[in-house]
Amino acid sequence: MTGITDPQSDALARSRAQWAAPQADDGSLLRDFLRQFTRSGLAVGALVVFTSIVLAAVFAPVLAPQNPYDLMQLDIMDGRLSPGSQGYTGTTFWLGTDDQGRDLLSGILYGLRISLLVGAGSALIAAVVGTAVGLVAAYAGGRTETLLMRLVDLQLSFPTILTALMILAVLGKGIFNVMLALIIVEWAIYARTARASAMSERRREYVEAAESLALPRWRIVFRHILPNCMPALIVIATIQIASAIAFEATLSFLGLGVPITEPSLGLLISNGYRYMLAGDYWTSFFPGVALLITIVSINLVGDHLRDVLNPRMER
Amino acid sequence: MITWLIRRLFQAALVLLSMTVLVFIGVNVIGNPVDIMISPEATQDVRQRAIEALGFDQPLWRQYLTFMGNALQGDIGNSYVYNQPAFDIILQRLPATLELALVALFLSVVIGIPLGLYAGLYPDNLLSKAIMAFSILGFSLPTFWVGLMMIMVFTVMLGWLPSIGRGETVEVLGMRWSFLTWDGIQHLILPALNLSLYKISMVMRLTRAGVRETISKDFVKFARAKGLSPRRIILVHVLKNIMIPVVTVIGLGFGGTIAFAVVTESVFAWPGMGKLIIDSINVLDRPMIVAYLMMIVIIFVTINLIVDLIYTTLDPRVRLETQE
Amino acid sequence: MNPVLSVENLSVAFGAVSAIEEVNLSVHRGEFLGLVGESGSGKSVTGFSIMKLLDEPGHITGGRILFNGRDLAQQSEPGMRRLRGKRIAMIFQDPMMTLNPVLRIDTQMVETVLAHDKVSRREAWERARDALGMVGIPSPEERLAAYPHEFSGGMRQRVAIAIAMLHRPDLIIADEPTTALDVTIQAQILSEVQKLAQGSGTAMIWITHDLSVVAGLAQRLAVMYAGRVVETGPTEDVLDRTLHPYSLGLIRSVPSRNSRGQRLFQIPGMPMATGRRPQGCPFHPRCDRATAACLEMPAEREITRGHVTRCHHPETSLKGEKVA
Repeated sequence: MTGITDPQSDALARSRAQWAAPQADDGSLLRDFLRQFTRSGLAVGALVVFTSIVLAAVFAPVLAPQNPYDLMQLDIMDGRLSPGSQGYTGTTFWLGTDDQGRDLLSGILYGLRISLLVGAGSALIAAVVGTAVGLVAAYAGGRTETLLMRLVDLQLSFPTILTALMILAVLGKGIFNVMLALIIVEWAIYARTARASAMSERRREYVEAAESLALPRWRIVFRHILPNCMPALIVIATIQIASAIAFEATLSFLGLGVPITEPSLGLLISNGYRYMLAGDYWTSFFPGVALLITIVSINLVGDHLRDVLNPRMER
Repeated sequence: MITWLIRRLFQAALVLLSMTVLVFIGVNVIGNPVDIMISPEATQDVRQRAIEALGFDQPLWRQYLTFMGNALQGDIGNSYVYNQPAFDIILQRLPATLELALVALFLSVVIGIPLGLYAGLYPDNLLSKAIMAFSILGFSLPTFWVGLMMIMVFTVMLGWLPSIGRGETVEVLGMRWSFLTWDGIQHLILPALNLSLYKISMVMRLTRAGVRETISKDFVKFARAKGLSPRRIILVHVLKNIMIPVVTVIGLGFGGTIAFAVVTESVFAWPGMGKLIIDSINVLDRPMIVAYLMMIVIIFVTINLIVDLIYTTLDPRVRLETQE
Repeated sequence: MNPVLSVENLSVAFGAVSAIEEVNLSVHRGEFLGLVGESGSGKSVTGFSIMKLLDEPGHITGGRILFNGRDLAQQSEPGMRRLRGKRIAMIFQDPMMTLNPVLRIDTQMVETVLAHDKVSRREAWERARDALGMVGIPSPEERLAAYPHEFSGGMRQRVAIAIAMLHRPDLIIADEPTTALDVTIQAQILSEVQKLAQGSGTAMIWITHDLSVVAGLAQRLAVMYAGRVVETGPTEDVLDRTLHPYSLGLIRSVPSRNSRGQRLFQIPGMPMATGRRPQGCPFHPRCDRATAACLEMPAEREITRGHVTRCHHPETSLKGEKVA
């Protein structure tokens, strides 16, 4: 720019140069995310707790003082001992025992395995299935889309407990059946989210650009649209895992869930219920606390994840 | 308006019909019904006669029609366990579940909306933060566990409230209700609170979110610019705007509450439909299962229809569309 | 004669971030002041501050707002409520957002009357009807029973104007009221408002980013940049004998002032993002008259009678040509 300027003013020149250029964006996406996530001490704490729980479940055979399903290790004389008591063989039962003499701590560790497997497993499979359906619907359009979305609406408006009841009434109990019931209950929310995300992404210019390059459809969907749907899906998946674990516990409590040979935390709570009224609260209480901590920690992480990944989503 | 109503009724009937097909297939087709109804020790001859008598040799679509024909007359077969018409048994147990669900609905509105309103208006308050923390617990904790804990605290440890069953009932309009007696109320409190916990949390969060969103809207600022009192702004301008989604969620969730009563009834041994269905599933009492599912679907579809109707009267923008 | 409104050295911040600083404005009875500036210049913040309708964390950090002699900056909230809508009124930008969509027009107008005057419902309704007639809405009795979404954009804004005029206020602050409307409607609304204001002696502050809108109507103009008023004065003086380089740039940027075939004029550089301000005069990075002196904030100087500016080098054009 020409004009009246003071040739001796470096300060002026510096000030002008600094304010002339627009400010650039710094830092990578991942670093931004980590920084924002760690802002909540509560969420980080919850994540630590949850990770420890998962590790405890994975290493259960190593950590547990006894294998509660190995009948050889049990002694009925150890039955219904209160927390902290010493057993017949000298092992300390930190959380007490049930009526069969099974160590509750071990039972909880093994039960966590089932709860996590069924809960997280079904949530993740449902995520894959549901997302696929949602993306297909968004991209196929027309009648296929309308049909699929009607199905999604129907599934979502129907009470989850009822759907599960119907499926389990017909198929019977068992881990596989429970997982199937959970998947059928859960897939629809992913389909709806994925489709909504895909619909809004589809209108963006970069998709038009990709389409004009005649890239194959599946490629556009996978490499371009899917990554942009991920934040919303991750948030939902996290919260769904918690609700799936709670749901499986509920079904097992009702006697419709996992079999007695592979009890989840819900079944442990159910079995211990009758002793609770007699005063032996620990058989039901401790598995319940374990379930609680698991669910709440996942929910706290998921809640904060939602705030970080998508600030527009209203709490 | 009439065309819209007819269209909705038609949709509802369609859903109902497809449900009956699903129920029929699920219950009468999967898992050989023959083996369940007829003792495996029966001779081939007896078997054959039984099959003919029960109609299992008919083609599927004819079985379905027979089934539907009977169903429309209110006959879904006799319960294997009670040896009475399944539908009648369900009807007997319906008032108990209905009462539980209605009280839970009442609690969710009376507790959820005011607390959510407060949390929305004063979000940085200590009380508001406590309310929101409570709401996270409310919808993430499994209902059955909370129920067990309630029993442990209020019945076993404190001895204040009973935990099992329903209290004294009074007959009103041909059905028995327990909230009219003190004993009944005592038995009602814990299960109703337990059942409503999830809904209360949802309503609180929804109301709070609605308030936060509405308060920042321009028309609220404009109302302030007109010099209106804060009370009027909140009670008329804000509340009317958030009522619509809140009512929708509460209304549509009522069907879910009735269904979810299954869990609460099991924990508190409440003599409603829910406990019945769990027991029936465990002993494979198929007619009972069918009767329950049919009843639930009917209730569900009816509620959805009513909520849709209420929605159109509340939101003037939707009302005009239905008049097209 | 004393001005109706006299803003003296007003500074407002949002938390720690300054929004406007040392703003001086005044309006007299029946006078039309145009407040011009781009987005982020602080013009809307100034308007809201006068009404004390700032959203959290906005707060006044210094200065006085003298309305009919009273300092509004010190006024309590109940005191402000009595003034808002009655003595000072506001018109917002988007009429769809300022009228509550779920309430009828008559509800929203009657409540404004009743908030300040103790009259009967019937009389309030009649005043509303008369006000609608005054802004040129046909068959006002029927229109009163309608909902906002049944009106077109221009009609809705007329309703907003009618609401503002209900109590014949001393001052109306209009925040970009025609920005959301079609050009033809804009002209209509402008002339309606001018007619009304002249008829009742109401003072008007018209906030806009579009200089051409107010150039024909306003008696005085005030130009804002980066949270400060950079030039104020009678309209002809500001337009024809412009002092501040930014105002000059604004005037030259108006496309209609361009001759065909010539390049459109642009003020070089980027507009200020809110909150980040350079040292000294905020315009100096984009100004071709800038010298080292401009690293110091210029004080307000009255160059000719009533014509004030904040610049170290007034009286030179944007291309360095000396003007008187």
